[in-house]
Amino acid sequence: MNNNENLYQFLLRCADDNLIAGQRMAEWCSNGPILEEDLAMVNISLDFLGQSESFMEYAASLDTTGKTSDDLAFGRSEREYYNHLLVEQPNDDFAVSMVKLLFFSAFQKELYTALMEGKDERIAAISAKAVKEARYHYRHASDWFERLALGTDESLRRLTYAVEELWPFTENLFETDEVYNSLFAEQIVPDMKSIREKWMTTMREVFSNGGVDIPANVHMYAGGINGYHTEHLGHLLCEMQYLHHAHPGAQW
Amino acid sequence: METVENTSAELLAFEARLAKDEVIEPKDWMPADYAKTLLRQISQHAHSEVIGMQPEGNWVLRAPTYRAKKILLAKIQDEGGHGLYLYSAAETLGMDRAQMIEQLHQGKAKYSSIFNYPALNWADIGAIGWLVDGAAIVNQVSLQRTSFGPYARAMVRICMEESFHQRQGYEIMVRMMRGNAEQRQMAQDAMNRWWWPALMMFGPHDKDSAHTQQSMKWKIKRQSNDVLRQRFIDKTIPQAHFIGLNVPDPDLKYDEENKSYQIGEINWAEFQQVICGNGFCNHARLSHHKKVHREGEWVRQAAAAFSVKQKQKQQDLATAMA
Ligand SMILES: [Fe+2]
Ligand SMILES: [Fe+2]
Repeated sequence: MNNNENLYQFLLRCADDNLIAGQRMAEWCSNGPILEEDLAMVNISLDFLGQSESFMEYAASLDTTGKTSDDLAFGRSEREYYNHLLVEQPNDDFAVSMVKLLFFSAFQKELYTALMEGKDERIAAISAKAVKEARYHYRHASDWFERLALGTDESLRRLTYAVEELWPFTENLFETDEVYNSLFAEQIVPDMKSIREKWMTTMREVFSNGGVDIPANVHMYAGGINGYHTEHLGHLLCEMQYLHHAHPGAQW
Repeated sequence: METVENTSAELLAFEARLAKDEVIEPKDWMPADYAKTLLRQISQHAHSEVIGMQPEGNWVLRAPTYRAKKILLAKIQDEGGHGLYLYSAAETLGMDRAQMIEQLHQGKAKYSSIFNYPALNWADIGAIGWLVDGAAIVNQVSLQRTSFGPYARAMVRICMEESFHQRQGYEIMVRMMRGNAEQRQMAQDAMNRWWWPALMMFGPHDKDSAHTQQSMKWKIKRQSNDVLRQRFIDKTIPQAHFIGLNVPDPDLKYDEENKSYQIGEINWAEFQQVICGNGFCNHARLSHHKKVHREGEWVRQAAAAFSVKQKQKQQDLATAMA
């Protein structure tokens, strides 16, 4: 139970997006292609976790049953997670992780920029801090996109594969529903169509810099924000929530 | 060769500088063995920081709270950063990082044996920070005064971050000991497994240590293994008792007069086994490092190829403009 169902739902989406993105990025810890990049990915993971915590704390403050941000992060099942499908996709290789980061950070930087102007002050404040991180993530990912696109035949092949694998999950980032539309009516969240346009402009630029084609006529997946997920999420949560399942009720 | 070196004016000048506690810089004259010893020690230290990311990385995805996850990630990030400083310090002695990694993979360069033990439960993350980083700090604080400048400066930076590592580890142990019976049991289990290996981190007893004498003479090492070990013991045992952890040493005695603990015999046979490659995780740690390095090769190649192409592009542009 909570005081404002729509706002609460939206906060969980933002918190979950960042938590899952952060968890996925943390998989690179001690697995990076070079030490500097290993550390950069750990750093990005830390940013995501920090953003997730800020949104989750806000969500927890609306919860009237006394749940904490940790209860919300570690105590829900996959059907109660509301992140977008893109962030839960497995890493496969470095190209997949960087393309995922590119799509997601380009989305986040537009979303946060717009949320800063929204009517909810706490969301605006969180976004003002987060947008700086999202811009940095975007720079990091777009630099790698270019390097991989123009590097070697192998890197281009892997990059192309990553684009093909992940592009079908991008339309989902801009999906709206009643929850979103009601917050839009309250001027808390922006018009998603304009976010999508800005995102597409960015993508056209990045893809053309790398000489890579944007996939055309592919089937786009919907879900995530309604608790309907790909099978990957359950495994991720299984690992993330391991201690909570193994020792119910313990305090950490 | 020895006699020639011993009588050289350069060596006498070098020794005189050491006697005055002067700092030796990479451009300065130094005996070949001094450089060799340092390169071995600093590269080993760098590899230890990096290999040490593995046992902790093993728990990153399972850390149970936002706070724990963030602290652990930040700590591992620090360790990787320590690896970077130390690789740079070692590079001043004329070997590049790729070569050092090559030597690690060939088994010619070592890393600290402590990372050849597995991190089995969440309390291990506490025990590693508290005991392993705790032991490392004692050693590294002493090394801030090591005679080679780049190494000493790397130690100063590293020590600033290390005390946070030790504190966060102890904090996990405190939380676990205040938790339920299972959590207390996990904490004690971690203590039982990490205590002795942490004591072994200081190396053999002074009387059995092959490198110590020369290293002390060169002021690479400033205090002996046993002195540093004892400092760690006396600092750590009261912390264990304070939260109700038992020290797994039936022969442990407290010397009232010297306000110091006397430990039982260290299992040096185990120490030797781990050193010579037969520890529980020796193979796994090294093969993981090799696998990651191999899997990352295409990324490094792409980055290198891209930077060559970029430079070419800039040159072409410059030519066209000229
Ligand atoms: Fe370190
Ligand atoms: Fe450390």
